[in-house]
Amino acid sequence: MTVLRVTDLTVHHPGPLGQVTAVDGVSLEVPSGTTLGLVGESGSGKSSLARAIVGLVPVHTGRIMLDGREIRARTIRDRRRLGRLVQVVLQDPDTALDPRMTVRQTLGEAATVFHRLDRPARDKRVTELLELVGLDPRLAGRLPRQLSGGQRQRVALARALAVEPGLLIADEVTSALDVSVQAAVLNTIRELQRRLGLSMLFIGHNLPAVCHVSDAVAVMRHGRIVETAPTDALLRAPQHPYTRTLLAAVPSLRTPPPAPAPEEQPP
Amino acid sequence: MSLPPGLRRTPMAWAAAVMLASLVVLALVGPLVWGASADRPDASAVLQGPSVGHPFGTDNLGRDVLARVLTATRPSLLLALAAVLLGAGAGILLGASTAVLGRRARRLTAGLINLLLAFPALLVAMFLAVVFGAGAAGAMLALAAAGVPGFARLTQTLAAGVAGTDHLAAARVLGLGRLRLLGRHVLPNIAEPLLLSTTTAAGTSLVALSGLSFLGLGVQPPGYDWGQLLNQGLDRVYAEPLPALAPGLAILYAALAFQLLGEVLAGNAARRGPAPRTPAPTPAPWGSPRPKAGGGPAEEGLVLQVEDLHVELPTPDGPIRPVHGVSLALRPGEIVGLVGESGSGKSLTALAIADLLPYGARVSRRTLRLLGADLAALAPKERDRHLATGLAMIFQNPASALNPALRVATQLTEAVRAHRGASRAQATAEAAEALRRVALPPAVLRSRPHQLSGGQRQRVMIASGLMVRPGLIIADEPTTALDVTVQREITRLLSEIRRDTSAAILFISHDVALVGEFCESILVMYAGTIVETLPADRLADGARHPYTRALVASVPDLTADRDRPLPTIDGAPPDPLTPAPGCPFEPRCPRRRGHCADHTPPLEDLAADHRVACWYPVPVAADPETVAAS
Repeated sequence: MTVLRVTDLTVHHPGPLGQVTAVDGVSLEVPSGTTLGLVGESGSGKSSLARAIVGLVPVHTGRIMLDGREIRARTIRDRRRLGRLVQVVLQDPDTALDPRMTVRQTLGEAATVFHRLDRPARDKRVTELLELVGLDPRLAGRLPRQLSGGQRQRVALARALAVEPGLLIADEVTSALDVSVQAAVLNTIRELQRRLGLSMLFIGHNLPAVCHVSDAVAVMRHGRIVETAPTDALLRAPQHPYTRTLLAAVPSLRTPPPAPAPEEQPP
Repeated sequence: MSLPPGLRRTPMAWAAAVMLASLVVLALVGPLVWGASADRPDASAVLQGPSVGHPFGTDNLGRDVLARVLTATRPSLLLALAAVLLGAGAGILLGASTAVLGRRARRLTAGLINLLLAFPALLVAMFLAVVFGAGAAGAMLALAAAGVPGFARLTQTLAAGVAGTDHLAAARVLGLGRLRLLGRHVLPNIAEPLLLSTTTAAGTSLVALSGLSFLGLGVQPPGYDWGQLLNQGLDRVYAEPLPALAPGLAILYAALAFQLLGEVLAGNAARRGPAPRTPAPTPAPWGSPRPKAGGGPAEEGLVLQVEDLHVELPTPDGPIRPVHGVSLALRPGEIVGLVGESGSGKSLTALAIADLLPYGARVSRRTLRLLGADLAALAPKERDRHLATGLAMIFQNPASALNPALRVATQLTEAVRAHRGASRAQATAEAAEALRRVALPPAVLRSRPHQLSGGQRQRVMIASGLMVRPGLIIADEPTTALDVTVQREITRLLSEIRRDTSAAILFISHDVALVGEFCESILVMYAGTIVETLPADRLADGARHPYTRALVASVPDLTADRDRPLPTIDGAPPDPLTPAPGCPFEPRCPRRRGHCADHTPPLEDLAADHRVACWYPVPVAADPETVAAS
C-alpha cells in the first residue's frame, strides 16, 4: 500500500507570544503495510504532525512524501488527490460526526467523493463499511447522538476507510473511550490491518494501547522524536531516558509499582 | 419548518402566532379591500378629524387614513422583509465563508468584516439611502447593506465553532468542495441561531425603514408606507393626534410581532439545548422522605460510613436512578479505589456524599456519617461547615476547578478564613506549608492558575484540600486529564499525604490498572451498584465477579501477546431509563443461568475482605480467557 516518509518536518503555530514550534525537525517513515505508533504526552506535537500530513495545518519546512511524491494541499484539486491516499480519524467522539447527518448520510457522502454510486450501490457500500468496522448495519439510520462513544468512533473509522486510502492516521482514537470499549476498537483496528493491508500512523498517549497495534513505535517529546524502535525492542530495551520514564509510569496490574526515586522526596 | 408541539403551548407563542397571522392576512387582502378607498380623494372631506365614516380622520386630499394604514401593510412588510433577507443572506454568506476558505482568503474576509463593523449601521443606512437616491428600492438596499456586517460577524463566530470540530476536519480531508462543506456541514449546524436573529432583525428593519420613509428618504409619494403616513400625520399632530397615531401603532404592532416570534423561537431552542433539565417536583437534596436522625448504627472509628445510598435524577424522558443501594466505609489512612466505566454512577456517588449533586437530584440513604457525625441529623448550616472542614474534593479537570481570575493564595486561604476565622497572615503561612507539602514553592501563591501547568494546578487543588485538614479526601478522576508521568507524581503525592495525615482517600477512576496499583482495596461499580469489593492485590487474578474479570482482561498490557485479540465485553450497559429486574450484568454475562435474569444477587461475603454480588462467582483458578468471551 502506501509509504509515508516525513523528512525534517517543522510546523509552527501562531501563539499569543509569537510563533510556537509544535513540530521541530521530525523525520519518520511508515513502510508499506505496517503501523507506526507515535507516543508522547500532551503538547509534544503529535497531533500537529498528524494534521500537517493530511494538510490541515501548513508545513513550515521539510518534506512529506507519499509513495515518493511530495504532498500538496493548496487547492481543492490537490486536497482531493491527497484524500484518496491518506485519511484521518480524530480524537473526540462527540464532534467526530456531523450531528445533523445519519450514519448512512455520513458514510454515503464519503463513499461518493471519488465514485459515482447509484442509490442501491451506495446503500450496499454503507452496509459493507459498517460490517468492516464491526457495527450492525441496522445502525445506518441513526443520528450520532443515538450512538455510544465507541460506536461513533467506529463510524468515524468507517468514514475514513470509505475512500479506500493507502494510509490511515489515527489520532488518539481510543483516548475518550472506556477500557472495555477501547479493547473492542483496538481489536477492530488490528483486524483492519490484517484484512486491508493498511499502512497506519497510530498516535496516542496510552503506551500499552499504542504498542498493542503497532509494529514500531516512535516516542515524541517537545516536538522532536527521541527514539524510534520496533515495538518489542522498545519495550525490552528502551534506549532514551525519556522512553524509560514513560514506560515506568505506565500503571500495571501485574508488576509492582517502582519505588519512588530518592531525589523526589520533599526536603 | 416543522414546529415541535411544545411551541404552541405557551401564551406568548399563541400571541406571536396570532399577531403574525393577522399581519399576513392584512398584507394579502389589505390592498384588495381598502385599496380603492385609500386612493380615492374627497375634496369635501380634507383634513378631517375622526368621525364615523373615517375613524382616524382623513389626509390633505380627503383620503381615509385608516384605509391607507391598512393598505400600507403590504409595502411596509415587503420592504422590511426584503431588506432583512438581502442583508442576512449576504452577511451569512460572507461570515460562513470564513469557515471554508483558505488561510489567506479567510484572513482577508475576517479583516473586511471587522472593517465594516466599525461603521454604525443606521448612519451607513442613511448615507447609502442618500447615495442611492430617495425611493423605496434605495432605502431597502441601503438597509440591507447596513445589516450585512452584523450578520457576517455573528455567522463568523458561529461558524468558527463548527470549523473547530473533528467532523469538519474529516470532511476536509475527504476532499469535499467548499460549497458542499458550506451547505452540508457548516450552515445546517448554525441555522437555528441565525434564523432567530433574522426574525428579530426583521422587526428592527421595519422600524428603520419606517424611519427612513419618515425622513423622506424612503418611499416617495404617490406611493406610501407606514413611515410616510406617519410623516404626513405628524404635521398636525397637536391638532389631530389620531392620523399620526394610526401608522405609529401599526409599526409598533408589527415590530412587536417579530420580536415576540424571535423570543418564542429562542426559548424553544434553549429548551432543546444540550443540557435539558426538568426541575424536580420537590427540590429536596437531602432526601424525601427525610430519614430519621441517626439512621443505621454508628460504627466506631470510621471516617465515612455510607449505607444504602440511592440517587434519583430527573431527565426529559423520566427519572432515572443512576445509583441504587451503594454502601461503603472508609477507615482513617485507608485508600479505597472506586472503579467503573462511564455511566456506572461512581462520580454521582461521590457528589452525593459531598452534597454537590445537580439541582433536582434526590438522594436517600439509610446512613451517611462523616467523621462520626450523622449528616442527616445536622442543621443545614452545620452540615455545610462539617462537610467543608471534614471533606476535601479533588476533581478531574484542575483547569476549571480553580477560579482563573483569583491568585492561588486567595483560593487556598478562602476556606480556612471562612470556617476557622484564621487571620490573613496565619492563613497565608498555612497555605505556604500546604504548598510545601505538595512540593510546590511558596512563590506559587502569587501566581494565577493559567500560569501553572496541569500537574501544578492539580497539586494546588490538593493543597487547597489539605488546608482544612480533612479526614476524608475524595479524588474524582484526579489524574485522567494529566500525562502518565505526572499521574505517577500525583498518586505518589496522595500516598504520602495519606501516610502523613492519616486522612482516608476515596480514589475514583475508570483506570483499572491505576486503581489496582495505587489503592489498598477496590470497589467495582456497574450500573449503579457495587458488584464486587476486594483487596487490590487480588484484582489481577483473584476477582470473582465476571464483570471485574472481563474489565481487567480488557486492559492492554505491555507484556500481552499482541497477536491475540483483547478480550472484550459484548453488548452495552443497561439503559437507566428502562431498569430490568435481576442482575444488571446478566445480558452480557458469559456465566448467566436461568434465574440471573429475575433475581438480583446481593453483595455477599466470600472472605473477610472480599464480597461479590453474583449467583455464580468465577472460581479462583479460572482462566480469564474463558470468562471473558470476545
